[in-house]
Amino acid sequence: MKKRETSPWKKIVPLWIYLLFLLVPIYWLVNMSFKTNTEILGGLTLFPQDFTLANYKVIFTDESWYSGYINSLYYVCLNTVISLSVALPAAYAFSRYRFLGDKHLFFWLLTNRMAPPAVFLLPFFQLYSSIGLFDTHIAVALAHCLFNVPLAVWILEGFMSGVPKEIDETAYIDGYSFPKFFGKIFIPLIGSGIGVTAFFCFMFSWVELLLARTLTSVNAKPIAAVMTRTVSASGIDWGVLAAAGVLTILPGMLVIWFVRNHVVKGFALGRV
Amino acid sequence: MAEIRLQQLAHSYSATPSGPEDYAIREMTHIWEQGGAYALLGPSGCGKSTLLNIISGLLSPSEGKVMFDSTVVNDMSPEQRNIAQVFQFPVVYDTMTVYDNLAFPLRNQGMAEAKIQIKVQEIADVLDLQPLLKKKAKGLTADEKQKVSMGRGLVRDDVSAILFDEPLTVIDPHLKWKLRRKLKQIHEQFNITMVYVTHDQLEASTFADKIAVMYGGQIVQFGTPRELFEKPHHTFVGYFIGSPGMNLIEVKPEAGGVGFGGIHLPLPDALQQRLASTQWTTLKVGIRPEFVHVWDGPFDDAMCADVTYVEDLGTYKILTLDLAGQSLKVRLQEDKPVPQGQAWISFPAQWLMLYADEFLLEAAVNQLPASEVPHE
Amino acid sequence: MSKVQNNKAWWLVLPVFLLVAFSAIIPMMTVVNYSVQDIFDQSSRYFVGADWFRQVLQDPRLHDSLLRQFIYSFCVLLIEIPLGIAIALTMPTKGRWSSLCLIVMTIPLLIPWNVVGTIWQIFGRGDIGLLGWFLNNVLHISYNYAANASDAWVTVLVIDVWHWTSLVALLCYSGLRAIPDVYYQAARIDRASNWAVFRHIQLPKMKSVLLIAVMLRFMDSFMIYTEPFVLTGGGPGNSTTFLSQTLTTMALGQFDLGPAAAFSLVYFLIILLVSWVFYTAMTHGEKN
Repeated sequence: MKKRETSPWKKIVPLWIYLLFLLVPIYWLVNMSFKTNTEILGGLTLFPQDFTLANYKVIFTDESWYSGYINSLYYVCLNTVISLSVALPAAYAFSRYRFLGDKHLFFWLLTNRMAPPAVFLLPFFQLYSSIGLFDTHIAVALAHCLFNVPLAVWILEGFMSGVPKEIDETAYIDGYSFPKFFGKIFIPLIGSGIGVTAFFCFMFSWVELLLARTLTSVNAKPIAAVMTRTVSASGIDWGVLAAAGVLTILPGMLVIWFVRNHVVKGFALGRV
Repeated sequence: MAEIRLQQLAHSYSATPSGPEDYAIREMTHIWEQGGAYALLGPSGCGKSTLLNIISGLLSPSEGKVMFDSTVVNDMSPEQRNIAQVFQFPVVYDTMTVYDNLAFPLRNQGMAEAKIQIKVQEIADVLDLQPLLKKKAKGLTADEKQKVSMGRGLVRDDVSAILFDEPLTVIDPHLKWKLRRKLKQIHEQFNITMVYVTHDQLEASTFADKIAVMYGGQIVQFGTPRELFEKPHHTFVGYFIGSPGMNLIEVKPEAGGVGFGGIHLPLPDALQQRLASTQWTTLKVGIRPEFVHVWDGPFDDAMCADVTYVEDLGTYKILTLDLAGQSLKVRLQEDKPVPQGQAWISFPAQWLMLYADEFLLEAAVNQLPASEVPHE
Repeated sequence: MSKVQNNKAWWLVLPVFLLVAFSAIIPMMTVVNYSVQDIFDQSSRYFVGADWFRQVLQDPRLHDSLLRQFIYSFCVLLIEIPLGIAIALTMPTKGRWSSLCLIVMTIPLLIPWNVVGTIWQIFGRGDIGLLGWFLNNVLHISYNYAANASDAWVTVLVIDVWHWTSLVALLCYSGLRAIPDVYYQAARIDRASNWAVFRHIQLPKMKSVLLIAVMLRFMDSFMIYTEPFVLTGGGPGNSTTFLSQTLTTMALGQFDLGPAAAFSLVYFLIILLVSWVFYTAMTHGEKN
């Protein structure tokens, strides 16, 4: 289709400037992760003169570092699984049925997304301590559910509403029981919606620091907390810090890669 | 503008077309004359919308020329051509009122407000949009929106042709005829060329003076509804026009005519000669259900067929017959007796059409017009 | 879709309700509980009614923080929304560049917030950071986010723009992609200028996603904690101390549970109120 003749440069140049703006700080971090501390503090170099993998070695060998990643990944995955499992039936209910208090419930769910995490710090701390779940992965996973579950319900409901009710009815006529219908027919139809929801759950849980740090101390300490406590007697170990940072970006990039085809539809949260 | 001419026009959506199947529009040369009401009729996917978009400039043809009078307009953008297009999906600018919607093209041209007001009122009158002028376009029904879309095309005074791409698809059936009549009125009043794309033959025949039937990327016949009915130039035209469509039977040449399954159909000499001198791979005869003659009883050369089904449709009946293994439909007026079990029929020579490779074969006298000569 | 009335649907919703209630109602009750009591330790606490609320609402520290927060959120919206729309308009719609563009833009959204702070903390330093060095030594603008309040403010804003504009852009992009081609075709026939196309077709069609974008950005910027904290710790002085940090300091640092709880409730209510105002204002046009 012949498009209107705006000079492509008007579009490409600003876009590239923006993309560079996004990439340069990350490049700088990567750059730093391959340098020794002496080189970092010695002067500014655009590429490592003394290329070294020592920083990464520290992270992969020192338990206090790599356990942070494992912990983070663990509770993020836990959270995603829990959020998805409870959100799927709920979203189905919102999509297909009217019931007493449905609008109010939906709105209440959304308000939880609006609550400042800072507000919940202390109560959560006391709550999870009192039930003996302080410093466990499940505590963080559950705490993150406060924000992720409403979002998951919202996104999934949007996608589910795109599937016509006739499909449900046909399945029942064909003799499917509800669980069988849900598992074999419905879920494959909203596959991309589930992928997008999982992406958002992962995203919000992976990046959150405040709650994750408050609810853990040693056993379930997330990588974010490990990084913020990295001040030793000799000052901040910039190289290792940078390497740690780079490694936290990688899982995110992997996840984007998996959902890249659905990112567009997903960002509209199924509601466009 | 006196005419729109498509000169050896062809279009392929792929960059490197390798064969005819890659072409959405196969090479055609066609003239639309000024002031005519034309329908472009064909099944989905035959290239109608592509052709329309090429005429209006939204699409650039990969081969051939589009000419308005004697100017080649291939490189002219839609903004520069004096053409308006109404789409299948009603397009209105939701945030504006109906008045502003109609005024939009004129404002883009920089026309004075006073003049705009006159024009908008005039078109609103014609389309019965007066009571809606102050309403926001968002809350309109589908047919009202479509009228606004049409209005935007009509309101420009430099428009010499309007193209309609199946505009009544989303309209309720009981409102369709109203809009169709309105279009006819507009055509008479403004004397603009109108090309109306549709897949509904009834719509086409009621709206257009002449219909161009499109099939497989080609215009296979261009004529009045009557011509299309009485003398289809292509088996597709025969099949598509009329309800039910033309009966088509595969035949083989025999001495004195053609035949199938033991039945012999004589052909006039001139046609036999034509057949003998033509190369073909498939040969068919066609006759419309309306033109099959049913005798009251056995007659001379009449063929005997078994009656398999009778459909009573009030003022007429449709008989399904079995003639030597071939299924035929015959239309019977209500006053004629219905044959029981067996029917005696014949095919009047003037209505029996011969098709070689789907195209009509005629005795040499009437040649197909240049625009319909099949291209390989 | 026509929905069927059926209260048994509550069974489907029950897990979500219980989970979120557990995470929300119980803590909320605790917060409300604390907000009306004076707590010295586990055994001595007594009811003080609305005292904490009065104190909190008159606390100058809080007023400062609140004002700073409003200005911050306002700036964030002012920059990120138009910028996001503009970027969305320039993004390619198909082909490999499109995927690449989407991936690059999504990266900042997936970086843990403390790492975002760390990246810029390093990037902006005069000694080891490219940006700091560049500004100080090449452009000869004296820049020090740790010592200079306005430098700190600008840096915190730039971090937010870097971090979150992609969200706005991606939301707008998906809104744009949903516009049927037919609208653009009709606009060309109507000889509309690019600006008219933007104003009458693209912008109205993006309304629903813009609403999501504005609300998400407002809520999240109003709750911001990690990034400014990692960058400046709230300084210099308290020039970049926003509401969340003030609250956290009160609750965990000073252990003033009563006032902290009261403050929490006020905080939550402000967000709720402003979000509701935004929502009503933006959907107001739909009601006509």
